[in-house]
Amino acid sequence: MTRIDAKFAALKAENKKAFVAYVMAGDPDFDTSLEVVKGLPGAGVDVIELGLPFTDPMADGPTIQLAGQRALEGGMTLDRTLEIARRFREGDDTTPIVLMGYYNPIYSRGVDTFLVQAKEAGIDGLIVVDLPPEEDEELCIPAQAAGMNFIRLATPTTDDKRLPKVLQNTSGFVYYVSITGITGAAEASATDVGPEVARIKAATNLPIIVGFGVNSPDKAQAIASVADGCVVGSAIVKKLGDGSSPDEVLSFVKSLADGAHSA
Amino acid sequence: MSNDLFNSFMTGPDEKGRFGIYGGRFVSETLMPLILELEEEYEKAKTDQSFWDEMNHLWTHYVGRPSPLYFAEGLTAHLGGAKVYMKRDELNHTGAHKINNVLGQILLARRMGKTRIIAETGAGQHGVATATVCAKFGLKCVVYMGAHDVERQAPNVFRMRLLGAEVIPVTSGRGTLKDAMNDALRDWVTNVRDTFYCIGTVAGPHPYPAMVRDFQSIIGKEAKEQIMAAEGRLPDTIIAAIGGGSNAMGLFFPFLDDKEVSIIGVEAGGKGVDEKMEHCASLTGGRPGVLHGNRTYLLQDDDGQILEGYSISAGLDYPGIGPEHSWLHDTGRAQYVSVTDKEALEAFQLSCATEGIIPALEPCHALAHVTKIAPELPADHIIIMNMCGRGDKDIFTVARHLGFDMSGPEGRSVE
Repeated sequence: MTRIDAKFAALKAENKKAFVAYVMAGDPDFDTSLEVVKGLPGAGVDVIELGLPFTDPMADGPTIQLAGQRALEGGMTLDRTLEIARRFREGDDTTPIVLMGYYNPIYSRGVDTFLVQAKEAGIDGLIVVDLPPEEDEELCIPAQAAGMNFIRLATPTTDDKRLPKVLQNTSGFVYYVSITGITGAAEASATDVGPEVARIKAATNLPIIVGFGVNSPDKAQAIASVADGCVVGSAIVKKLGDGSSPDEVLSFVKSLADGAHSA
Repeated sequence: MSNDLFNSFMTGPDEKGRFGIYGGRFVSETLMPLILELEEEYEKAKTDQSFWDEMNHLWTHYVGRPSPLYFAEGLTAHLGGAKVYMKRDELNHTGAHKINNVLGQILLARRMGKTRIIAETGAGQHGVATATVCAKFGLKCVVYMGAHDVERQAPNVFRMRLLGAEVIPVTSGRGTLKDAMNDALRDWVTNVRDTFYCIGTVAGPHPYPAMVRDFQSIIGKEAKEQIMAAEGRLPDTIIAAIGGGSNAMGLFFPFLDDKEVSIIGVEAGGKGVDEKMEHCASLTGGRPGVLHGNRTYLLQDDDGQILEGYSISAGLDYPGIGPEHSWLHDTGRAQYVSVTDKEALEAFQLSCATEGIIPALEPCHALAHVTKIAPELPADHIIIMNMCGRGDKDIFTVARHLGFDMSGPEGRSVE
C-alpha cells in the first residue's frame, strides 16, 4: 500500500473529500518552493502534486508554462526536484507526493535509474501527461513494479469504449480532466463533471479526483461535491508568480482546502 | 531486393506506430481518441481509389504535378563531376513541396467532417499551403507561427492573411517552429471536436509521420519514373535537406529498397555543429528523446530539457527530426550530414548564377552538399537533389546576410 492508497483509505473512513494541490518544483526558486511545499499539509492539502519543470509543457496554459520557465531559469533540474521531495520527507512521512510532468526528462535519465531515485526521494506516484495507455510499457508498468502508483488522466474525450483501457493499469486515483483544453484556461462546471464522474465510478473502485479549471474555494467545493476530491494548480501557481509570499500562498491554499473539505 | 520482404525498409511503421524504437504516440489522453480516429480514417482512405483519384486530379490540375526532373547542366559543368538533376518541387503551386501533403490531409479532414484546420509553420511554406487549400475548400484556417519567424518571413505572413487565414504569432519559448507546434497542440487539445491538426512534416504522433511520408512520396515516385525515362537507370545518389524531414522522406521512401542508391539527408548546421549548439542538426548533434508525440533524435541538454535550434533557414529551425529518419540513421540505410549557414548561402548564389533558379534556403543545404561531393565523383555518377522550395520568401534574409540594402529604389551595397 502506497502513501496514496493509505491517504485515500483514511479520507474514505472519515467520509471526507480530498484536496490536491499542484505546485511547480523550484518556482520561483528552490528555497521558496521548498517552504511552500512544506507548508501544504498544514494548509489542509491531502495530496501534493509536485511539478517537474519541462521546456515544452504541451498540456499547460501560460501560468504553468511561465512557472516552469522560472524554475528552469533558476537552475531547477530533475535532481533538485527530487531533492525537494527528499527534504519534505524529513518532516512528513504520510502526505503523498505525486510527481507530475512530461516524459522526456524521465526518459533522458533512464527509466530504471529514475524509479530508484524517485522512490528513494519519497515520491509515491507519477502523472506523466504524454504517456497514454498505448505507451504503458515505457514507464507505467515499470513504475507499478517498483511499487509506485501510476495515475492516469481520463478526459471528456475518453468514451466508454476507451475507458477500460485507460483504467486498466491505473492505480492510486483517477485524475479526471474536467475540460478539453489546457491547464488554467476554461472553468470546470460541476453540472458537466458530475455525470462524467459517475460514468467513471461505474467502471472502477479507485477515487476520482477532478482537475483543470478549479480556481476558487467555491469552485473547489462545487467540484469536490460531485467527485472524491479536486485538484487546484494554476490558481496557486499564479499567486506565486504574482510575487505573493509563501504565507500568502499558503493562506490561499487553506481557503481552497476548506472549500473542498466542506463538500 | 524489393521482393525480399524480410529485409525491406519500406514496411514501417509497426502497429504501434514505431520505426524501430522511434515514433509512437506520446500525447495526452485528450488527443488519443482523435489520433486513433485519424489512423482509422487514413487506413480507409489509403485503399480507397476515389480518395486517390481526387488527390491525383488536384495534384495535376491544382498543384501542377508532376514536377520536372531537370538536368542541371550549368551546375554540372561548373562542378565538373557527377551529373546533377534537380527535382523541381519548387515549381508547385505555393512554391514548395508542402502542398503535396496538405491536400491529402485536408481531403481527410473533409471526410471526417472537420470544419476548422490548424497548422504550425516555420518558414511559412506549410502555413501558406494550408491557408491555400483551406481557401479553396472554404474551411476556417488558423496558423501558429513563432513570433521570430513572423518577423523573418513577412512575405509569407502576408500571403496567409490574403488567403483568409488567421496567423497567430507565438511568443512562448524563443518563438520558433517548436513553440508554434506546442501552441498548435494546445489549440487542438482545446478544440478537439471540430478541429483537424494539419502537421507539416513527418513528425508528431502516429499516424502523422507515416501519413505525411505517404503523401510526399509522390516526389520520389515521379523522380524514379523520370530518371528511368531520362537515363534508363536509377540514380547513384539522392540528396535532400532536412528540418522535420518531409521533402526528404518523400524523395527517399520509394528508393529505400534500391540498395544501389545511396541516400543522403542534409541537416542545418547553422553556425557549426559544436558544443555551442547553434545549429539544428538533431541527428549529428542530438540524442533520442520524446517530444511532440514521438520518440526521435532531439537537441536537448543533459537533463532532458529541449534546446532551441538555430538556422538561417526558418524551415529547418526545429530541434527534432521525423522518427523514420532517426531509424534510417541508426540502421545506416541513409547517411546524414550537416551544412552551415555560410555554405547554404554560397549554394544559393551558385544556383542563381549557374541555373537561373532562385532556391529557398532549405534546399540550398542539400545543394551545398552536392557542391562538396559532385566534383570528386565520375561524370557517369547520377545525383538527384530535391529542389523543394523557391526562394522568393528568402530574398530579404539573403540580402541582409550579403550586406545588401533593399530599402532604396536602386538598392546598394552597404559594405
